[in-house]
Amino acid sequence: MATNELPISSSQSLGAVRRPVNTKGWREWLFTVDHKKLGIMYGCVAFTFFIVGGIEALFIRLQLALPDGRILSADKYNQMFTMHATTMIFLFAMPMAAAFANYFLPLQIGARDVAFPRLNALSFWLFLSGGLILNASWFLGGAADGGWFMYAPNSGPVFSPSNGVDFWVLGLQIAGIASLIGSINLIVTVLNMRAPGMTLMKMPVFTWMILVVQFLLVFSLPVITVALVLLMFQRSYGATFFDVSQGADPLLWQHLFWIFGHPEVYVLILPAFGIISEVLPTFSRKPLFGYPFVVFSGASIGLVGFGVWAHHMFASGLGPVSVAVFSMATMAIAIPTGVKIFNWLLTMWGGKIWYSAAMKFAIGLVVLFTIGGLSGVTHAVAPSDTQQTDTYYIVAHFHYVLFGGMVFGLFSGFYYWWPKVFGKMLNEKLGTWNFWFMVIGMNLTFGPMHILGLQGQPRRMYVWTEARAGEGFFNLGFWNMVSSIGSFILAVGVLFFIINVIKTTRNKERAPLDPWDARTLEWLTTSPPKVHNFDRIPVVHHLDEFFHRKYVEDETTHVMTQVAKGEDLVRAEEAAADADIHMPGASYWPLLLSIGVAVLGMGIIYGTPIMVVGALVVLFSSFGWVLEPSVPEPIDFDSPSHDGHTKEIASLG
Amino acid sequence: MSTATDTHADAHEHGMSDAGYVKIAIILAAITALEVSTYYVDFGPLFMPALLTMMVVKFVMVVSYFMHLKFDSKIFSFLFYVGLGLALFVYITALATFKFFIA
Amino acid sequence: MADIATHDTDHATDHGHHSSTGLSNNKLAMWLFLGSECLLFGGLISTYMLYRGRVQNGPHPSQIYDIPFTSVSSFVLLMSSLTMVLAVSSAQRKDDAKTNLWLVITALLGATFIGGQVYEFTTFYREGLGFTTSLFGSSFYALTGFHGVHVSIGVIMLLSLMGIIKKGKITGDKAEVVELIGLYWHFVDIVWIIIFTLVYLIPS
Ligand code: HEM
Ligand SMILES: [Cu+2]
Repeated sequence: MATNELPISSSQSLGAVRRPVNTKGWREWLFTVDHKKLGIMYGCVAFTFFIVGGIEALFIRLQLALPDGRILSADKYNQMFTMHATTMIFLFAMPMAAAFANYFLPLQIGARDVAFPRLNALSFWLFLSGGLILNASWFLGGAADGGWFMYAPNSGPVFSPSNGVDFWVLGLQIAGIASLIGSINLIVTVLNMRAPGMTLMKMPVFTWMILVVQFLLVFSLPVITVALVLLMFQRSYGATFFDVSQGADPLLWQHLFWIFGHPEVYVLILPAFGIISEVLPTFSRKPLFGYPFVVFSGASIGLVGFGVWAHHMFASGLGPVSVAVFSMATMAIAIPTGVKIFNWLLTMWGGKIWYSAAMKFAIGLVVLFTIGGLSGVTHAVAPSDTQQTDTYYIVAHFHYVLFGGMVFGLFSGFYYWWPKVFGKMLNEKLGTWNFWFMVIGMNLTFGPMHILGLQGQPRRMYVWTEARAGEGFFNLGFWNMVSSIGSFILAVGVLFFIINVIKTTRNKERAPLDPWDARTLEWLTTSPPKVHNFDRIPVVHHLDEFFHRKYVEDETTHVMTQVAKGEDLVRAEEAAADADIHMPGASYWPLLLSIGVAVLGMGIIYGTPIMVVGALVVLFSSFGWVLEPSVPEPIDFDSPSHDGHTKEIASLG
Repeated sequence: MSTATDTHADAHEHGMSDAGYVKIAIILAAITALEVSTYYVDFGPLFMPALLTMMVVKFVMVVSYFMHLKFDSKIFSFLFYVGLGLALFVYITALATFKFFIA
Repeated sequence: MADIATHDTDHATDHGHHSSTGLSNNKLAMWLFLGSECLLFGGLISTYMLYRGRVQNGPHPSQIYDIPFTSVSSFVLLMSSLTMVLAVSSAQRKDDAKTNLWLVITALLGATFIGGQVYEFTTFYREGLGFTTSLFGSSFYALTGFHGVHVSIGVIMLLSLMGIIKKGKITGDKAEVVELIGLYWHFVDIVWIIIFTLVYLIPS
């Protein structure tokens, strides 16, 4: 090839394409490998899916508001709750946690980016492909309808003949690869990219919880991958894995799914725990009570979380020994969870509490999650669980932990970190409306479901009938109506947040650099942070390093006195900026590779030729990727600088 | 200016010589021969335990010597063996609930 | 996957420190990936173990396994681990010629193994064991096929690596790249060590 003759910079690999450094506008986002940009992109996409999943939920509640609902057919209803749950879990909760992790984890450990910036971009694009494939099924013959745990053999070709399940399998498979790559990336980042002096036990709790979550993902995603692959082979290539007439065991899917599925619930909740472990101390003006306990209970929740999966299968005929063992293990997991709740309470105890919107959501989490945790303990007792399985009582439980726990934690994070990311404060007054509508709406929606469930209303039923609704206080009709009204109040709450975001974006006023008198390193830089995060890499001496640079403790009285302001500290860093910083360069390959993977996947549904095209794109972009160095060479820029310094950054300094 | 002790530079020196690798390979080959012999010779009640032991020995030898885990940082061992340990735990437990080991 | 093993070395923190643990990012990522792969193959192996005796149609494992043949191909794969480790150690001595030689031999041994697997699959198919014949058939082909795909990816990585080294276009520490691919290769070998015993040697 002629390219051999050219003076090749390895970054102009494959001869033809030039690296997209110094791009502006939309291209700057499309090819970025900056963890902050990717974090924002994760956040926007995840929030969009939150709205989609929320609208699906409102359809469900509309259908169930009155007896014999006619809004949805039985078939559409099944698709609705399946896609609602799948969207909320895999396309909203996980990527929103990834948004926070991507943005703040490098900042909290004093790093300039993640360990593998291009893999980070790849994770995002794969997640987006997976999400689009999942939702494309609505328009291509109907969505999946087997519930979010998609039990086989029900999800096999005989009982689920539409393509919905195929899209579902494929979408999750691709989103799963995205999470796997992301988790490896973040673990290596935490292990290897910490600022000097930041030992593991000086890391912020949010970073710790994200680390635990990434370990859960690394070791649980391959298990669901196996399940998905088996199901795909059965549906697309006639394998027999879940064919009972061939002697298959229906419990195989259940085991594989829940070995993944239970760690997954901690994947959902631990990031929220991490967020409020930052928020509660900041707004109580006290250090987190019992930092090592919070860290170790988080880690042990992670570990024990791998040993309790069969509590989702108590009603499946596992046998008394298995049920007893898993029942005990499940109750044990309540202990580290309880430890955390007490740590949070004791953090607030005696503090000078500042009831900001972020703080309100954090306190909301503590209360609502505790309610959900208590009903969870009632399922751990197997005999009582056999009464509750597949009723609305279960639906009540997991919405208290997921909505009351996880979503409230994420909203707390929005209010806390918004000024950091966008340099503007969200409106506190609208935040208060946002909070109260969500609390009231959430309790009205999910509280009555306890009653409905104990009265025997089954989950995943598209109608209920007046004839069997019962009398008086326990009348199903009344509580179903309350729940449906509640869901719209909840929706109004979310609307307040959106209005708040729009208003804030229009607002010209800049946020102060340290609006909350915060404690951790992400505040030791401008808001929003520069491309390279820190003008100089901080040297860490304390847990809550930023706080300890502002306040000094009196040896004898233990009174903290302020010696510096956050703003001054940031300015001091700017004055002492490093002269010469090399940042990883933008790249085409992550985007192209993920397109290849998506096309390859579609080939499984639409035929081999498409698959071949996808495979070629994957191969081509893999080579392009491997041949491109992570940091751009001087030759990638318009006029190569003579001292070898990367000009784009130098000009910023 | 590394904060941790710089283990990277001297990690390789604790590796093995090429002759050492060949020796390991000969042992592995011998064990494989022994494994295959169970197909021809009746080992009686020892059959299962012997095969499983040989499998584990081979596995550990490749991981420790060819993959350098014995000489490398403990962090690598941690990352790998946590995965392996979890795999053993969850899958053996799952198979046990199918009464796999009783039948 | 090849992209995991690439060389996003960290320059973002050029000043101050290179890495908190003193270890290479790439190697940490590779070991994590392999730890994760344990759960992937564990699931496929368990599925096979659960289903190996469930044969309603077609042949039973004991009727078609050809232990002498599989022993030979297992031996070939085992020896490819030796040649791989010799390639790594040559690369660490910066001996390009020898590195290249051992890489070629490793790739050839890997290709031989794959050839053996193709032969085995076609033979089994002719003897009546298809992918859809029985639970045994599905789980056997899924497991060994997944492993075969891993070996094939390994062979492709070895060949590409040789090409890249030859053209001098490698974008990282050469010895480390060889070592990373080596780790992957050995992992594929140890999975086969388990498969050989559990699937072939222990009758159902
Ligand atoms: C807008 C607020 C929400 C409302 C009104 C709502 C409503 C519902 C309802 C009524 C069901 C029961 C469907 C049935 O079994 O027949 C359901 C199921 C479910 N929801 Fe939500 N939900 C909301 C938010 C969330 C969030 C934020 C998550 C998780 C992050 C979530 C996760 C789930 C899961 C896992 C199921 C079980 C689906 C299944 O049975 O497969 N929901 N939701
Ligand atoms: Cu669970």
